This record gives sequence, C-alpha cells and structure tokens, in this order.
Amino acid sequence: MNPEEIQTIAANQRKAKEQVPHHICVCTAAACLSVHSDEVKDALSDEVRKRGLEKECKVKGVGCMGLCSKGPLVSIETDGALYQNVTAKDAPEIVEQLGQKPVKRLKCSTKIPFFQNQKKIVLENSGVIDPDRVEDAIAAGGYDALIQALTAMSPPEVIEEIFASGLRGRGGAGYPTGLKWSTVSKAVGMHKYVICNADEGDPGAFMDRSVLESDPHRVLEGMIIAAYAIGAEHGYVYVRAEYPLAIKRLRTAIRQAERLGLLGKNILGTPFSFHIEVRLGAGAFVCGEETALIASIEGRRGSPRPRPPYPAESGVWGRPTLINNVETFANIAPIIRRGAEWFSSIGSEKSKGTKVFALAGCINNTGLIEVPMGIPLREIIFDIGDGIPNGRSFKAVQTGGPSGGCIPEQHLDTPVDYESLSKLGSIMGSGGMIVMDDTSDMVEVARYFMEFCLSESCGKCAPCRIGTDQMHRLLDRIVKGKASIHDLELLEELCDVVRSTSLCGLGQTAPNPVLSTLRYFRGEYESKLVDVAEAVKKA
Amino acid sequence: MSKLRLATTWLDGCSGCHMSLLDMDERLIVLAEKVDLLYGPLVDFKKIPKDLDIVLIEGAVSSEDDLKKVRKLRKRSKILVALGDCAVTANVPAMRNSFGVDSVLDRAYKENAALNPGVPDEIIPALLPHARPVREIVPVDVFVPGCPPPADVIFYTLCELVEGRIPDLSEQTRFGK
Amino acid sequence: MSSQVRILTFKIDDRDVSAREGETILEVARENGIYIPTLCHLEGLSSTGACRLCIVEIAGRPKLFPACVTRAEEGIQVITQSERLTKYRRVILELIFSERNHVCSVCVSNGHCELQNLAQKLGMSHIHMRYRFPSLNVDASHDRFIMDHNRCILCTRCIRVCDEIEGAHTWDLMGRGVDARIISDLDQPWGESETCTGCGKCVHVCPTGALVEKGKSASEMAKRQQFLPYLTLMREEKE
Repeated sequence: MNPEEIQTIAANQRKAKEQVPHHICVCTAAACLSVHSDEVKDALSDEVRKRGLEKECKVKGVGCMGLCSKGPLVSIETDGALYQNVTAKDAPEIVEQLGQKPVKRLKCSTKIPFFQNQKKIVLENSGVIDPDRVEDAIAAGGYDALIQALTAMSPPEVIEEIFASGLRGRGGAGYPTGLKWSTVSKAVGMHKYVICNADEGDPGAFMDRSVLESDPHRVLEGMIIAAYAIGAEHGYVYVRAEYPLAIKRLRTAIRQAERLGLLGKNILGTPFSFHIEVRLGAGAFVCGEETALIASIEGRRGSPRPRPPYPAESGVWGRPTLINNVETFANIAPIIRRGAEWFSSIGSEKSKGTKVFALAGCINNTGLIEVPMGIPLREIIFDIGDGIPNGRSFKAVQTGGPSGGCIPEQHLDTPVDYESLSKLGSIMGSGGMIVMDDTSDMVEVARYFMEFCLSESCGKCAPCRIGTDQMHRLLDRIVKGKASIHDLELLEELCDVVRSTSLCGLGQTAPNPVLSTLRYFRGEYESKLVDVAEAVKKA
Repeated sequence: MSKLRLATTWLDGCSGCHMSLLDMDERLIVLAEKVDLLYGPLVDFKKIPKDLDIVLIEGAVSSEDDLKKVRKLRKRSKILVALGDCAVTANVPAMRNSFGVDSVLDRAYKENAALNPGVPDEIIPALLPHARPVREIVPVDVFVPGCPPPADVIFYTLCELVEGRIPDLSEQTRFGK
Repeated sequence: MSSQVRILTFKIDDRDVSAREGETILEVARENGIYIPTLCHLEGLSSTGACRLCIVEIAGRPKLFPACVTRAEEGIQVITQSERLTKYRRVILELIFSERNHVCSVCVSNGHCELQNLAQKLGMSHIHMRYRFPSLNVDASHDRFIMDHNRCILCTRCIRVCDEIEGAHTWDLMGRGVDARIISDLDQPWGESETCTGCGKCVHVCPTGALVEKGKSASEMAKRQQFLPYLTLMREEKE
C-alpha cells in the first residue's frame, strides 16, 4: 500500500466511527481481564444486541486505562463517563443510561489527580483504541510518523530528530537514544538488526506489557522508523513468554502491518524493507541484559558476555545491532510526528519527555501512569497515587526493581529524572514503583530483592553467582536475629565487591537495595543484630 | 625474660598437626627455652590454665565440648593460632556437613556396626549441626594452613610469636600442604 | 588478512609496553612478565571473563576491567596491583572457596591445583565468610574419568575445550546462579554420553580436582595442559 491508501483507511475508519453515536470501551488488558472484563464485554455486547442497538452502539475492547486497582474499567467514549469495578450484571444499566445520566453507582471521576496530573505520550492511545484492529490505530494517527519519515526525511534527518528530542533509553540506564542510533548507523556492515527489548522482569513492573497489550502498533512503528534510520532489514521483539496476551496482540499487529505493507518488503511502496520476528524469553530475568538477550535470540544460553564489543558494533549474529526497550520505541512516532522541539519542551533539563510508571504496593491507586519527567515523587505518590491506604503512613518507595533502591520520606520532593534518582542511591529503572507503608520491614525488603537476584543470577561470573548467595544468607540471618555486627560488616564488604567486580548489570546493581536501605534505614538493621556470642550460638 | 605460657588443643582432627609439632625434633629443645607447654594432648594436665600467651588449636569445632574448650582458651590466651586446615577451614571433618548429623551417626554407629548398633548418647559430647572453622566461633590471630603444616612452619610460627611478631606464612604453607 | 597491523603503546604498572592492535591486556602483560592472576582463562581457549580475578584498573576510568578480554588501547595506563584490586581479588577467591566443598588435603589434585596455588599466591590463609557446604554429586560413571562437582568452580574450561578444540560439545551448563552445574549431554551420566570421545582434554584443562582420571590417589593427579598450545599451533600452521 502507498501512503495515500493508508490515509484512506484512516479517513474511512473515522467516518465509520462518527456514524455510531455511542462507543462503549471495555479494558481488555491483563489487569482488567484478571477480574473478568471479558465477561463484562460479552454482557455489554449481548445487551446491545438484545435491545437491537447494534447500529447506535458499538462495544469494543481497548487497552489499559491506567487505574488498574478499580478494574474492570469501562468508558463511554461519547460522554467521557468512566465506570469502575464493573461486573457483567451492570451491563443492562450501563446500556440503559447511554446518552443520559451516567450510572452514579459505578461512576469513577476523571477529575481526580490520577487522570488530571498525567501527561500521555506513550499511552496516548492506550484505553482508547482497540489493540486488535490496525484500522483503529491508523485512525488515531498510527503510522503517520512512518509515512512522514519514509517520504519526507532521510535516515540522518530521522536520527537528528531523535537526537535533538533528548530522548533517553527507557529501559533504565538512560543512554541517549539518538546517540545509540547514530552509532549503529555508522557501524560498518551489511546486515544490521533492530531489537525491541520486551523482557520486562522487575518485580512490580508492567509498563511494557501494558504498552504491548494496549497499542502494539506504536512499538512496531518505532522499530520500523529505527530500522529505516540505521539501515536495518531485520528486527526482533524479544518478549517474555509470561506475557501471552502481549505476545498474541503483538503477533496480530505484525500480521496486520505486513498485510498493509507497513512491514515487510518495500514498505509503503518505497525500496525500504524490514521484517520483524517475535522471540520468546524462557523466563530468565538476566535476558533483559542486552548481551544475554542477544545470546538467547541466537538460541544459546542466556548469559551475558563482557562488553566491549557493544551490540552497536557486534550484536545479534555478530552484526551491528540496535537494542531499545518497548517504551523507548513507543516514544519515536510522536517525536517524528510532532517534532523534537515539542518533545524536548516536556520534562526536565537532562531528562526529556515523559515516563511511564507502574504504581504498586501500599498505594490507593494501583496502576499505570505516565508523567512528565521532573515531577516530584511526592506528587506521584500522594496526588496521582492518592496516598497510602488503611490510614497508614508512607515509609519508602522502591524504584528500579532489584537494581534500584528505596527512597524515604525526606527525599520525596526529589524530581523524577535519571540523575536525581541515582544521587539518592536508586535508579530510574524501567518504571516499577513499589510503595511501602510503615509496616514494611526494610531488611526484609532487601532480603526479598536479594533473593530475586540470587535466583536470577545466571551463574557465569563468580562475584554475582556466589556473592548474591552469601549476601542473601547474611540478610536472612539478620532478619532471623542470628547475626552480629561482624555479619553486617561482611555484608557491606560483599556489596562493594559484587558491585565493583560483577560481569553484567545484574550483579553490578544487585547490592543496590541493600545499600539504599542501609543508607536510610540503618537503624532497622542494627536493631536486629545480636551480640557476637549469641550469633555464634544461633548459627 | 620469663618464658611464654603455651597451650595446645586437639578438637575434631586427626592429631596430625600435633605429630607435625613433634616433628620439630631437636628444635623442641630450642623452643623449650622460650616457652612452657602447660596444657594439651602432649601434657598430662587436665585443667586449662589461666594467663596463657599462645594457644595452638588443632581441629574443627564439631561438638559441644569443642565449643566450650575453644571459648575458654580464647578467653585465657593472648594469641590464638588456628593450626592446620581443620582449624582453618574445617577441612575433612566438614565433609559431614552436607549430610546432617543424624545420617552421619546412623552410618557410623548403626549401619556399619557389627556389635550393639546404637548411637552413643552418654559421656560423648553431642555433635554440632556443622563442623566449623575456629574463626567462626572466636577471633583467630594467626592462621596456619596445611594438612598438616610442616614442622618448619610450626617452628617458624612459634619463633615469630615468641619474638612478638605475627608471622607471614603465605610463602611457606598452603591448604592441603 | 591485511599485513598492516597497528602497533599500540601504553603503560602497564608504569612500564611502557607495546601491543599489536587486538591484543588483550593480559596477553601483553604476560609477554612482559607482569603477573595478573587468572583462573577461568586458558591460553588456546576463548576467554569468557567470568572468574573476575584478572580485573585491572585503567587510570581515569571508574570501572574495573577483566584483563583477559579487554583489548589494549593506545595511551592507557593499566594498573594491575592496588589495594583495591588486592582486596577484590581476595574476596572473589574466598567466595569461590566458600561455594562448594574444597578439601585440599584429600584431593587427588592436591599440589597441582590452580585454585590452591592461587590461594597461596594471593596470600589467602583463610576465608572470612561462611562455607556453604552444598550437597553435590560425584559422577564416576565414565570408564576412565571422574567428575566431582564438589570441586568444580564453573570456570567452563571443560565446556570450551570440548566445544572449541575437540568439537564434541559433550559438556554444557545447566541451572543458574549457585545452582548452575556442568552436565554431560542432556544431563546424562558421563559414562552414558554418546558424544564424549573419551579424549580427556577436559580433564587436563580443569584447574582443580573436579575432572580427574580414575585410579589416582590424593596428590597424584597432575594435569598436562601442554597439548593445548601445541594443538592450536599445529592447526594454525595447517591453515
């Protein structure tokens, strides 16, 4: 298909939509599905059919609306009403009230800070379009950026635009995306690859899953633009097998894009070709590390190798390879569509744009949010997140998963950006945000994350393999009241050694939860220690 | 100068380190001019003396009795030496550790017993769950690896200690020597 | 190959050294008689940078670099000995000793063991963490060889020599973290392996007493690794 035909699809889709006065959108992303939103959707469809309203009302499945704790969520597109905790039994009432006063009992206000204080770029279509229909994505502006890039921009211009936008890798490390693209584009070699890292594995993180479940075409579009910019012909999406719905929707999206000539040979009638394959991870957290991920794609054991050479020089099958994470790719199309200047006007000085976070733990509004970079943590937790439930008080927020750290109350006014969070001993990470209330035991939190690292260490390098196990044993002793000051000293020493000498990021960051809880909650560790003689007795 | 007060003890080990100690041969006489051996398997004295200067510990800490002994010796001595691999690493006695006490006792006293099978429960001190290196129980000042450490190394170690120096043994001995 | 190879000059421990482009810091250090401890590395096999004992500092860079896989660069200043490196190497070595059941005195490799020698070389007279004492198996199903997992340090030399030199790929790794272990074929007893050629290369590259010949008593198992550079040389000449 050529660009005009794609634009026709968009126009037709919009027209068709205008002819139907009512659209009922039911969230069919994983969180709402887990509380049976599929039954709600079926009940609503039945109800519409029973009343013979098929022409006036369409029921469609959409992606994540964000407020996962209140699911199943249903929105009425026409009047903007949002319903929460909907069950199949509510269907008649909802259909009955279409075009009239919304059902009060189910109503969820959209005026609350949860909705008002967000800024949506990556999630702009999440909860709005049907992720299974490419026409819906196209009508919402999907693939516009691709058309623009392919027809009006040269590859260096695309890279320059991304560079100028200030976009940084959303996988956690915050490496400038434009710089990465330009490095790979300059790498010598015929066959280059683009990889989308969708091996999201941090406990409490579900940003990438939601994006893939809600708007898979956005990710594909980002990848295709990247491939055009660096001169790649093949790409992989490496997604963990634990995300069956994301995989299904992604595969559907790839087929649809191929059918429309947006992917595959001679994209949009141009000489540019690009193919995408989906590769499934087998459940190893370390495969989120880029060299391990590449090994896994190649069919080898997923363990990291020392860098350099970096994947930009020698990646999958020894070819220059661009690896970005899901959210990074999801930012590409809006940047191309609306320009680098627009994007860089959002966010803070060194961290541009927005960041998607998964709010979890002891917080009222559990769910998926997108906020401008630089927003204070306090606003995320107390305004958007609506604070701590059950009258408890806030104790700490954990960002960056097992590689990150715990941030206490006194630092809640810190703006969320890469540099500020590192200064606090945590990291931005991929976007997991676990809130803890005053009942949380911080040593146990550290032990939990160490247990995670211990079981996810690949076992290749000695400091990570054995060090995480020894640190976990020490933390376990502290929690159980069997440790003395010597054990705490040894723990700190091992943190230093493992952090400084491990081969890959997993080991290098594994001590972070311990170090940050020690930094802010040392008293909790010390209060659990026993004297040396007793520690010996309890061994 | 008054002589230094020396004690030795034999915990869970094979006595090889004490044999090696005796292998110092005529140098024992040289040492005897500088130290008094007051306690240990080589001396017929049953109570642990007070105010010791040096104590040499052979063997891993494996039983309740070992535990008491090593604590008492630590309290009463200025310098504590872990002599040999069992004291330093728990070595051969630790080979039981991954099996658990019960299965080890069963194998020794029941499965392989020709007469009166049964685990002794009187007189013999109870085994600890693990045989452990001395340093896990009390602070150790000098580690002398070796199985056993050669007589030369023991002699050198004692001479240095007598002179008030902590010996550097890295060139002279190693695990399993 | 182009005959033009760039020559780099840089410093190791304040000594001026030169290297062909592509040479690792370890190679250059060894050419110049500068000692850097290694354990998983073995000349003639690919390097994996796994044991981390060969870490060195490069002046002006905060990170540490494994010398076995880090290529020499023009003008860098490599530091192979420092208080920090000494401490890290020692703790890593202690971690390796703590991981499984290394009982030197009864080991067939006593006196010929690279791990044991390294402990002495790095002045490690004891470890200051607890031993893990895991319960591990010994595979004595092969006619001529034994695999004792108690003594394995997961250096993967056996896997590499079997794959890269013998071409059999009998050995591989399963499990992860501290549960990782060497397996033959698809975790079958070594004696039942259909791919093992019985060449014994793995036994002789093994730095410890994990892979040994049968019939050896304590201290009797000396390894012969000379075949490796010889084989590599012969193969290169044939090419």
